[in-house]
Amino acid sequence: MAYKLIGSNFVPPDIRGKVTGSAKYAEDFRVDNMAYCRLLLSPIPHARVRSIDTSRAEAMPGVLGILTAEDVPAQPAPADPILTNEPMFIGQPILAVAAVDETTAHDAIDAIEIDYEPLPFCVDPLESLFPGGDDARTDGNVVDNRLTGPPSIRQMKWGAADFAAVNEGQLPTGEPAAEWSYGDIDAGFENAALVLDESFVTAGMSHHSMEPRSAMAYWQNGKCFVFGSTQSQSFVIPDLANYIGITPQELVYVAETCGGGFGSKGSAYPVMSIPAHMSKKIGQPVMMRISRAEEYYLGFARTGFQGRIRLGFAADGRITAADVYIVQENGATVGFPDWPSAGETVSILYQPPAMRWRGIAVQTNTPPRSAQRGPGHNQTVSAVEPLIDKAARALGIDRYEMRRINAPGREARFGENQAPVTSCYLQEAMAKGAAAFDWENKRALSGQRNGSKVTGVAVSQAFHPAGFAGFDGIVRLTPQGQLHVHTGIGNLGTYSHTGTSRIAAEVLNCDWENCVVERGDTRKNLPWNIGQFGSNTSFTMARTNYVAAMDALSKLKEIASIDLGGEPDDYDIGEHRVFAKADPARGLTYAEAAQRAIELGGKFDGHELPDDINPMTRESATALAGTGIIGVARDNLPITGQPAAFVAGFIQIELDIETGKFDIIDYLAVADCGTVIHPQGLATQIKGGGVMGFGMATLERHIYDPQNGLPGTVGLYQAKPASYLDVPETMRTDAVDEPDPQSPLGTKGIGEPVMGAGSAALICAISDALGGHYFNRVPITTDQIVNAAAGRDQSHGPLQVNTA
Amino acid sequence: MTDKDSKDGIYPEPQFDRGPIADIASARASRRQFIKGVIASGVVASSAGLMYGCSREEVAASGGVERMLRLTINGETRTVDVLPNETLAMTLRYKLNLTGTKLGCDRGECGACTVLIDDVSTYSCSTLTHMVRGRSITTIEGLESADGTLHPVQQAMIDELGPQCGFCTPGQILSAVALLKSNPSPTRDEVRHALSGNLCRCGAYDHYLNSVMRAAEMA
Repeated sequence: MAYKLIGSNFVPPDIRGKVTGSAKYAEDFRVDNMAYCRLLLSPIPHARVRSIDTSRAEAMPGVLGILTAEDVPAQPAPADPILTNEPMFIGQPILAVAAVDETTAHDAIDAIEIDYEPLPFCVDPLESLFPGGDDARTDGNVVDNRLTGPPSIRQMKWGAADFAAVNEGQLPTGEPAAEWSYGDIDAGFENAALVLDESFVTAGMSHHSMEPRSAMAYWQNGKCFVFGSTQSQSFVIPDLANYIGITPQELVYVAETCGGGFGSKGSAYPVMSIPAHMSKKIGQPVMMRISRAEEYYLGFARTGFQGRIRLGFAADGRITAADVYIVQENGATVGFPDWPSAGETVSILYQPPAMRWRGIAVQTNTPPRSAQRGPGHNQTVSAVEPLIDKAARALGIDRYEMRRINAPGREARFGENQAPVTSCYLQEAMAKGAAAFDWENKRALSGQRNGSKVTGVAVSQAFHPAGFAGFDGIVRLTPQGQLHVHTGIGNLGTYSHTGTSRIAAEVLNCDWENCVVERGDTRKNLPWNIGQFGSNTSFTMARTNYVAAMDALSKLKEIASIDLGGEPDDYDIGEHRVFAKADPARGLTYAEAAQRAIELGGKFDGHELPDDINPMTRESATALAGTGIIGVARDNLPITGQPAAFVAGFIQIELDIETGKFDIIDYLAVADCGTVIHPQGLATQIKGGGVMGFGMATLERHIYDPQNGLPGTVGLYQAKPASYLDVPETMRTDAVDEPDPQSPLGTKGIGEPVMGAGSAALICAISDALGGHYFNRVPITTDQIVNAAAGRDQSHGPLQVNTA
Repeated sequence: MTDKDSKDGIYPEPQFDRGPIADIASARASRRQFIKGVIASGVVASSAGLMYGCSREEVAASGGVERMLRLTINGETRTVDVLPNETLAMTLRYKLNLTGTKLGCDRGECGACTVLIDDVSTYSCSTLTHMVRGRSITTIEGLESADGTLHPVQQAMIDELGPQCGFCTPGQILSAVALLKSNPSPTRDEVRHALSGNLCRCGAYDHYLNSVMRAAEMA
């Protein structure tokens, strides 16, 4: 179906500020009398603070205040604390000092004496699971952080016998913390013509958002104002208020622009509340700048996997059974449930008729973990997609064909409960990509030599959930004839805050010039929305903006029928008017109708509100009451499946087997993201995700010294996010553009699997160039490539983590 | 680096980011008189609280370095009180309220702080303000014409949807402007080499390259 706005490019309202420098990020806000705050960070991976002597610091001129763990609300273990007396990773904040300037704050921190009692620490999950192994925490080593209830921590040790597999280079699979299965797995493997059983490691890696998570706060008229760096807006407020120790109503939160988050700024995080606490203590505004190095300590990271997967294949390539075990390196705090996503990803992408997933999240004294773009899903495709190639080679089946045979279709089933998905067009994405990439001819180039360079060609798939339901929308038609879309989603840089707002404009048939997107600041009266994470915006916010616009539409028609007679159904809309279908000359402009709404009051102008909306939405709509037609509703649209997004990737590389260096000659990715809202925005998401994926595949990883627990990757030059010179000069994208039936205009999210497709494609291509060598590891670095090409052993053990 | 936190010598020090100025803390001086002078003379200090080296009257004045500098920024002469050890990025952001210059790393790794000094792209986080006296400094705020017309690179960045999160964008744009001044018709490969000192975690490289190529065509 052709839409007026959806599917067309637009100039995002915030882009001019980004190219002129006027866009405000957290550290760009200035208020009078601002003090500066710095953090004292733990120099030790795990310790107990015996005593803190701040007397010399407090006596220093210019020092305004010191906050310690006693001054801030304690968080229930294993949640991340705001400040702590038991640091569990290097760089964890112990206390904060405010001063008239940063230099003084630094000096004061240097003058503080802390007596630490070093405690045992751990940077390898398997060591912690080994009998007698050190735990990362004093209260246990295994966290259940699945989102099914409050997180819990306990101690688990495997028996020494469980570790026998290590001698064969395989992951030991002792008692898991959780598991599920369906189908007859044993029969699946017994009937298989080929069984692969491989262990692998995927490295933990930092987010390195370009904007460090600085924050500024002050108190005024009983409210706390926080200017923060988060991907999300409304969703941040309850948790941030809780960290500060106030009600959500007492918090004004401003997040106009966020300099990248990738999951690490999805919701509130404890450290961002420190300026608010400090400001309260010293009675003046506080700016807390976070440095690049600090980002690597407290700025979160992707979890690492030590995994094992067993796959059974029939002779025709159909998967007969899958058995997945994930040991997750989870950091020292609550972390993130990547580990269950591994099972879900295998289940949806390959549709095994029988499958088991087992997993355990083990604590290590390393940076706290959060979601990172495709959390669990992208590690999984990076490890498993090259195995699909290995099976294809063993069975003599084309690698594209191998995936097509197993790919999910319309009746795709998902995860433990084999639930349906709202839509799946992965097969179409694969076919479209294969045609545009010319897979038939390109695959023939595989292994072609040119001096020391070998061509590698590969295809990949990736998946991520793509939406939620049940949040609220607010739109407002004003007597000036403008449509204001109030969106609480956030500004991650995808422009989907505006892309999805255009859905309301589409429903109300508004000219885009007469539309205003209200966002980025509590004072804009925003509804309760989920955060901008999890590839959900284009589904979730399509629904909320749709139901709010539909509410406004019904009010327009009702007002027309009150004033002009007949029934609401007798009216239609167009050109910013509501008019009688029988006599289009008879009608009201939107501006007139909005004025009438104010006169009529009640539900029309927001003085009466639906019962089922969230209290935040209710407050915002109440604040807007009397300013026009208020369209406000909770998304109660039916949903009967898991929204799911898919990507197919195609790649051609040239790998220099003498140096391990490669050039990406061609990369093409095709998205199944439902109806395309914003073609330019989609293209840059697909390409940018691909770039991040190339980094994940070959460059980025945590390095830890196992003896002292010291991090080796605390700079961009060490942790190596991809630069211009690491990625192809041009990249190609496309989309299936088939609507998702459970999204009002067919849209669904896509931000995460685009990274997995890039990562898996590049790994598979390197493997292809080396004749199908399976690396059992992500990232594949140049030294590993050279070793593999020369037939030498790798410098790391098969299951070793945090290696250079 | 600090040697204060490690009590038992077991754990070597992590490299905490102390900031370039903290390491030279002894060079601080009282600046109250200077600030008063600045305010009295009508020169605007962008934020009421200056970030580094605010007045500490007991600290002796540093010797021999002129503090009030006249800088040429975006074609205007600005008088500003600058510490001997102050970086250009800090002067721009915290003394002159030119916050379009971003600090992504503050240590010469990312390029978000790129400005032009005499039309050459330069990391302002790694440039002392005292070094650029008499030079012409261009920041992202200086590219737009007085009538609101954007520089061709800025306009192309909008037309091609160059930025994602936008944090690295000012630096990308200034590197591109510097390139086009010296090479008005670059190849795509020349552009990516010229911009390779500007990291973008969103991975918007392809759209940035499209933008610069478009700007080169428009100019």
